[in-house]
Amino acid sequence: MYGSLFSRDLFAELDRLQREMQQAFDLSPTIRGFGRSGFPALNVGGTPQTVEVYAFAPGLDPATLEINVDRGVLTISGERKSPLPEEGTDGKQPVVHINERFAGQFTRVLTLPDEVDPDGVKAQYRDGIVQITVPRHASAQPRRITVS
Amino acid sequence: MNDVRKQDGASSTAVAEKEPSDMRRDAPAMMPPVDVIEDADSLTLYADLPGVTKETLSLHADSGTLSIEAEVGLSLPEGLQSSHTEVSVGRFRRSFTLSKELDAEKVSAELSNGVLKLRIPKAEHAKPRRITVNAA
Repeated sequence: MYGSLFSRDLFAELDRLQREMQQAFDLSPTIRGFGRSGFPALNVGGTPQTVEVYAFAPGLDPATLEINVDRGVLTISGERKSPLPEEGTDGKQPVVHINERFAGQFTRVLTLPDEVDPDGVKAQYRDGIVQITVPRHASAQPRRITVS
Repeated sequence: MNDVRKQDGASSTAVAEKEPSDMRRDAPAMMPPVDVIEDADSLTLYADLPGVTKETLSLHADSGTLSIEAEVGLSLPEGLQSSHTEVSVGRFRRSFTLSKELDAEKVSAELSNGVLKLRIPKAEHAKPRRITVNAA
């Protein structure tokens, strides 16, 4: 029969509901998942000449940031150190009241369109945003054909 | 008005002040994630504000309230068409209630690589003290 109202795990049900809602909104989920809650958040856009990727990753040392392009897959990885104090037993240790910021290692993966040129990738880090510019192949760029 | 917007001007990275009139209170904004740590003499707040420069950040420490308001300054190339968006709002806003032992007049702020670090010292009279017991 039906059993009691909360016989199943409520949190598992909420997870399932969230997945179903994501599926409903996003019609073409990729095999690498949604990464909505991932760090850093990514915005991706394109111009006729380039693909632009913006990663919102504040508080990083640019030297520790690793950006790779391998077989059309762009990988952004790095580590963000936590400013929180080490755990201690001493009563005079600082107290952490709110801990919401991401800390630790991260990797985000993005599939690039076929027509990009992986050799010309440029990245710059400014005010906590990594901007990655991937040029498209010249043959893939729009061209105006003159009629003689 | 009980206006105590004061900042530690000694630090070169101190955040510029702005008047409240140039903030649109009703505009949609994201809530930045923060860390708050307390030690014996101060409270330290870290907030993630990617894309925010000291020109687009405004901080207000009013009687009992600390508010952070900032705008993301992204220079987008011409003709950019967005294909995937996880950050859709270019504005951050968050406010906190300060308890009265915190000294809102001595808040110091630093912004580097999109992370805001605020240090709010405790008022002198509120710092922990050891009370010695005298023998009668």
